[in-house]
Amino acid sequence: MHRILFDNLVKGALTEPAPEPEDAALAELAAALQRSARRKLGRSLSIREIDAGSCNGCELEIHALGNPFYDLERFGLRFVASPRHADVLLVTGPVTRNMQTALERTYRATPDPKWVVAAGDCALDGGMFAGGYACLGGVSAAIPVDLHIRGCPPSPLQLLKGLIALLDMDKVRNR
Amino acid sequence: MTTLAELIRQGRPAPDHRPWPRATVDAERWRLAGQRLAEGDWTLLSLWGEAAAAHMALRDPQEGMIAVLSLDCTDRRFPSIGALHAPAIRLERTMNDLFGLAPQGAADERPWLDHGRWGHGHPLGDRSEAAAARPYEFLAAEGEGLHQIPVGPVHAGIIEPGHFRFTANGEAVVRLEQRLGYTHKGIDGLMMGADLERAAKLAGRVSGDSTVAYALAFARAAEAALEIAPPARAVWLRALMAEMERLANHFGDIGAICNDASFSVMQAHCQTLREQVLRAANTGFGHRLMRDRILPGGVAADLGSDGIAAIRALVAEARRQFPTLIKLYDNSASLQDRTVSTGVVKPELARRFGCGGYIGRASGRDFDTRRSLPYAPYDQLAFEVTVLTEGDVNARVWIRIREVEQSLALIEQILDRLPAGELRTALPGAGGEGMAMVEGFRGDILAWLRLGADGKVARCHLRDPSWFQWPLLEAAIEGNIVADFPLCNKSFNCSYSGHDL
Ligand code: SF4
Repeated sequence: MHRILFDNLVKGALTEPAPEPEDAALAELAAALQRSARRKLGRSLSIREIDAGSCNGCELEIHALGNPFYDLERFGLRFVASPRHADVLLVTGPVTRNMQTALERTYRATPDPKWVVAAGDCALDGGMFAGGYACLGGVSAAIPVDLHIRGCPPSPLQLLKGLIALLDMDKVRNR
Repeated sequence: MTTLAELIRQGRPAPDHRPWPRATVDAERWRLAGQRLAEGDWTLLSLWGEAAAAHMALRDPQEGMIAVLSLDCTDRRFPSIGALHAPAIRLERTMNDLFGLAPQGAADERPWLDHGRWGHGHPLGDRSEAAAARPYEFLAAEGEGLHQIPVGPVHAGIIEPGHFRFTANGEAVVRLEQRLGYTHKGIDGLMMGADLERAAKLAGRVSGDSTVAYALAFARAAEAALEIAPPARAVWLRALMAEMERLANHFGDIGAICNDASFSVMQAHCQTLREQVLRAANTGFGHRLMRDRILPGGVAADLGSDGIAAIRALVAEARRQFPTLIKLYDNSASLQDRTVSTGVVKPELARRFGCGGYIGRASGRDFDTRRSLPYAPYDQLAFEVTVLTEGDVNARVWIRIREVEQSLALIEQILDRLPAGELRTALPGAGGEGMAMVEGFRGDILAWLRLGADGKVARCHLRDPSWFQWPLLEAAIEGNIVADFPLCNKSFNCSYSGHDL
């Protein structure tokens, strides 16, 4: 146990600084995100994730945002357990009819001002599941959406880019 | 005593069903099969409906035989198997929800996936008027000092939605009842009439963490129906993807289980390993989860030298890091204190439910599709299947640790022997019926498929391992404290989406 902790101290952080192209992109994103987050908010942003019937692929990549490579929290972005603590709802899935009420109630439980980010192709328009009896077909069919992040699932980098875009939006609806 | 082979012989055979036989039997023989299940002789592999027929896939472990029994239900009724054999209950409730096939004599007549929100009943049978939405009646638990704790469908973490109803006496859980179906997307309905390409994509989206395994199960069922064989290179690449998927999920889950015991250093290390697997997968196959890379007839993309190098580097890195992590797990008393003897699944229960995957193997059920019903290339690969009997959270962690080691060895073997050649066989536009079982990271996935003469899907049934694992979680938590639920739940990691479909 002590060995591992000690090794980690010596080894330093895994969080990515540079060389390969993908890593460079990440570092650039980190800088951009930090700048805009400070400018817009001057504080941290709390995200509540809601699975509205996803296949779980989107959740896996949202989870990855917390791993030591991406380390979302260094940007002041963090996931919270209750909608009452959230500024942003990050919603995935084609919105199944069985989840519609729960999604709407979670939205109502989130204090204003709030933003809704729909992540994944399903959340945009139902994706492969559109047209059936069981899905509404996209998050905006249930609650107002401020931003869509495409992908099936979106990669952690795409998710980060989307969150930056959210922070950079000039016109933020004030509800 | 009637054997499964005899039952099949006595029925009306389906000529185009491959590779295992299917026969339509009468109600009496259908019931007889239910009795053999109840007596524990056979294992229920699945139970599913069509507009006017019920089907049941069975395995007789003594004979080593698998078969599908069918029953014509022109009057939309069939003798309940669930009344005799509990693992069938939720599947029967689903058949009734989707097709309006009513199990006669069933003990539980509540709907399961149908929450009264679809606008009508029986969406895949004769659509009925929507029944007035009734409150769902949870099972009663009464006594002094008992209180209920409702949880979900929206949970506190980044996880799938479902509802858990705990009845507790102080901290001790007296009963847990699950209510699922929140992620029901109607995949069975979307499959009907889809061409093979679209259907394969849908299959790959049944459960995101098992996208490779589902695409593989579907492709193999389609290939069985069409009587075609994919090229050798495709077969080996599929296994490579399947083992990478297993690795990624086990790394992620081992970390998450430890994290639920507040041991977050394991989480950080395991997540790092998981990320490295996904990056190698992205380099090798062009998608981090390897989605849409397996198709009926073969695979969609080849593995180049970059990919091979990335995967070899991954294996070397995992071999370097993982042993230290195992030691850390094994030597941390505060962690073991939470996992040892927590959330026990008794071997007898695992056997009765035909529970697959690490849950079954941690509770003495020696079944792994890769070895028990071997398919290429696993019949040519060396690997071990570990079985434990303690059935607690700790045992499930250890099974996963051993499976990580085996997957690393399998990946090396596959890379060493990867044959050259074609990636895909052309598909004849024909009909037929096919069935396949593959070992996903969570356990055995069953795919059953009927193709119409136009080559389109007439009916596809996909059965997630979670169907036979979720009910055991209800049993495992009994007598444990509420605070241990996340740990039990995580060590199961049942699929919501795969189950709700
Ligand atoms: S967008 Fe793709 S990964 Fe996300 S929920 Fe839909 S099918 Fe799954």
